[in-house]
Amino acid sequence: MSTQRTRTGEGRGLPRPGDTGASRRGEAGTRGGSGETGERVRPQGSPGGPPARGRRARAVPARGWPGSPGAIAARFLVLGLIVAVALWAAAPLVSAGNWTGTAIVAVVTAAGMHVYLTPRRLPAKYLFPTTLLVLAFQVFPVVHTMSLALTNIGDGHLGTKQEAITAIETSSVRREPGSAEYRLTVAERDGELVFLLADGGRAYAGTAGGLRPLEGARLGPGGRVAAAEGYAVLTAAQASARGAEVTELAVPVEGGAIRSQGLSRAYRGRAELSYEAGCDCVRGPDPGAAAGSGAGTEAGAGQEGREKVWRADEKQGRFVAADGTALPQGWKVDVGLANLTAALTNPQVNAHFLGVFGWNVVYAVSVVALTAALGIALALALHHPRMRAVRVYRTLVVLPYAMPAFAMLLVWRDMFNTDFGLVNRMLGLEVDWLGEPLTARLSVLLVQLWLGFPYMFLIATGALQTIPSEYMEAAQVDGATAWHRFRKVTLPLLMLALAPLLVSSFAFNFNNFNGVFLVTAGGPFPADNPAVGATDLLITYTFRLAFGQQGAQYGLASAMSVYVYLIVAVLSIVSFRRTRVFQEVDR
Amino acid sequence: MRRSPHALAGALVLGLTLTACGGGGGTAGQSSGAPSAASDTTLLIWADQMRSATLKPFAEAFAEENGIKAEIVVVAQNQQQTFTTASQAGKGPDVIVGAHDWIGNLVQNGLIDPVQMTEEQLSGYVDVARKAVTYGGQVYGVPYAVESLALFRNTDLAPDAPESFEELVATGKKLKAAGKVEEIVGYPVSQQNGQSGDTYHLYPLYTSAGAHLFGTTPTGDPDPADLGVGTEESVAAFERIAELGEKGEGALKRSFTSDNAAAAFNEGKTAFMVAGPWRLADARKAGVEYDVTPVPGFKDAGPARPFVGVQSFFVASKGRNKALAQEFVTGTLASPEVARALFDAEPRMPALKQALEYAAGKDPDVAKFQAAAENGTPLPAIPQMVAIWVPFNTLIHSAVKGEPVPAAVAAAAEAIAGQLKQ
Repeated sequence: MSTQRTRTGEGRGLPRPGDTGASRRGEAGTRGGSGETGERVRPQGSPGGPPARGRRARAVPARGWPGSPGAIAARFLVLGLIVAVALWAAAPLVSAGNWTGTAIVAVVTAAGMHVYLTPRRLPAKYLFPTTLLVLAFQVFPVVHTMSLALTNIGDGHLGTKQEAITAIETSSVRREPGSAEYRLTVAERDGELVFLLADGGRAYAGTAGGLRPLEGARLGPGGRVAAAEGYAVLTAAQASARGAEVTELAVPVEGGAIRSQGLSRAYRGRAELSYEAGCDCVRGPDPGAAAGSGAGTEAGAGQEGREKVWRADEKQGRFVAADGTALPQGWKVDVGLANLTAALTNPQVNAHFLGVFGWNVVYAVSVVALTAALGIALALALHHPRMRAVRVYRTLVVLPYAMPAFAMLLVWRDMFNTDFGLVNRMLGLEVDWLGEPLTARLSVLLVQLWLGFPYMFLIATGALQTIPSEYMEAAQVDGATAWHRFRKVTLPLLMLALAPLLVSSFAFNFNNFNGVFLVTAGGPFPADNPAVGATDLLITYTFRLAFGQQGAQYGLASAMSVYVYLIVAVLSIVSFRRTRVFQEVDR
Repeated sequence: MRRSPHALAGALVLGLTLTACGGGGGTAGQSSGAPSAASDTTLLIWADQMRSATLKPFAEAFAEENGIKAEIVVVAQNQQQTFTTASQAGKGPDVIVGAHDWIGNLVQNGLIDPVQMTEEQLSGYVDVARKAVTYGGQVYGVPYAVESLALFRNTDLAPDAPESFEELVATGKKLKAAGKVEEIVGYPVSQQNGQSGDTYHLYPLYTSAGAHLFGTTPTGDPDPADLGVGTEESVAAFERIAELGEKGEGALKRSFTSDNAAAAFNEGKTAFMVAGPWRLADARKAGVEYDVTPVPGFKDAGPARPFVGVQSFFVASKGRNKALAQEFVTGTLASPEVARALFDAEPRMPALKQALEYAAGKDPDVAKFQAAAENGTPLPAIPQMVAIWVPFNTLIHSAVKGEPVPAAVAAAAEAIAGQLKQ
């Protein structure tokens, strides 16, 4: 009985017809007649109700098409919108030849049509959007993260092998020392791109075939070829449209090739590194000898012309030379479970795991317990019938919740500053708040308590309204003290509503990156071990590990977040089980 | 009927899902469509707020001259990361404005192209700028401004520039004892987050004591194989830093960040501040009588070598209009007019000698910052630099806090070496 009533009360507190019981609720309303539910459905029969409501109520039995032309028009409009969105999304997919994407669009649209065009399948009408939401915002990110965890993606390994080769070759082109600079005009002849080059009054035409003198060229301002017989000079926009060709064209000349530098200049340069498909390697002069790609500092300096070979290593995703040096540009390769095992076996990664994990649990539990305690206490105080100016107090209490958390975290951080912070100045203290492990931990807890209790207060206030005052009166008549009434009546009923939120609050705070990172950045760090700070959560520790030290290592970071995800999932499931909230709702 | 709102929600979700799916594939289609309509060519430039306003007229003039369009997008935060992600997705700009120390990472990701300037063009830049944008013997950016740390001094409180850091501390202590100031020196020991040390600001003192971060390769780049942290010199340097710290002279304190140091200086609560040219505007506005001199080194030690940062223009490898971008960067952006306009917008030392003369004539502080940068070394652009920051920041805090130096240095060295090995 009590659960029954609470559920109706819950329905009133959260007016969200999100479950499959839409028609059932209407039924209950007519059957029950009176009570809270009845009140909601009453406009059903009243002819003077607002038109929107009337339409809504009439359609509740959901049999056949509703008669109102407005409703039909609205439905067509919305369905038309779905089709329009689908077409809009499909167009670029089709033009890019992404048939998987197109197929997904088609299937989703068809499913949407099927569900919403027919009057039947009422549950599906609610399930369809939620399922899509879950797929798009829960399942897809998790799957994507897991797939990234199997690669070495990160700085230096972002693109494909072909992109890496292009980058290696492009960045190895060097201007011939002391060589002349040509004035360049980009032109075309029979569709083929030609460089019209001017140098000290002489003009040349250069193609991939070679360089030859150009007769009958007219030089324009800046010494550039303005026109030449048989060539169509391209405007900057036209030339830019063929930009890839312009940058790739190298006119072979003795000792190098002439390449474009923008659209009005050309220079003689040489690509020092080149990729050979035969050996799957990159060849070039030893960078240790002269200026090089900065990767190695091998001995042998001064030996002009000494060649070095970097072979493709498909395991590492980079070109590695025999001496172990590698070219900086690498590519993305699959590394299997290496990232996942590295997170477990690499001593740099896992040595501090347990310590961080322990504090992480303490942090999440403390934050939930403290915020809940304070929130409930305040809610009870303001719920008292003899309390005055409740609205003013409520507004004040909710204020921290209304302020942007990011800004507040930074403000708190500055307030904890030893010499200039408000906390020390106001209290006349000299405490190094964020510099000592214990006070730093206390500080982040305090900040999170301040940020978090209004949420708990709001929830508890809402839940308190649903507890019928008869219970209290009955308990009072039975002679229960205030403490007993709270302990035996109010709290159990409150917890019924609060427990699932406490669990989700726990999951949130377990990963409360901002709450720690913006206040202490994980610090203070012990002198003998800069890797892990006293207030580090797993997520901030992971963040620094992945992005802080060796540049961005998305693969490793993904592997770590898979672990964090698993931990949170397990903890959440266990605590949901323990609070038995699922069973309570299901019953 | 309750259905319509739900159908609406469905449509919304559908749209979201589809755009999410379409994100990856859509770009190829767009770029393949571009060449057909040449007049649609748009040169896309990414810059921060200040630069974008200054560059706008130049970009528009360039666009008009070439019959194209130019668009400047303001990217205020996280520019390097955003650029990397956007470029990888095929949505990056053609030209990006940034700091020279991005070069190493951007090159290893294949995201920027070399800029082929003639030797004559290159010789027009101050040495440190030319050196900074050269990576692996190749020039990757067109520099426009040089910045480094210097010592700001309140000339009302301290008329004479200190010869050494010890002298500075002595003066500061005297002023503090006399009740004229509250702090000995506004030295940003901590980063903005307050909880990690600030390698950038502490580096001058570290180098003055004879220590280094990386050695140098034959090509002039920093050499990750020669790590200076953990050497005897580095221990000695941190011993000297610790002497000035919280358990020593009390001059260096972890509570100082760049922001509150500037606030203290501008309010006259300290006579000295170590800061960069970006603090000039505030100091002038506050009406403090100030002078700028190079950061003093330790007594009887080498000069303090601040990091020099060089602001530059880069050509994106994955831009859609690379040829145009090269043209714009090496032609328009490398011109003295642009350098002057950028200086007029913000008083930072120009990298182009011609513009430097103009700037020095206009603003006496430029020459002072030039002198401050004289002993400086370019901030290492090699990607291995990321291994330094976190351990070194922690090391700074430990030393200033007064914890045993040798152990802290050894731990930092171990952490850095471990990262470099990976």
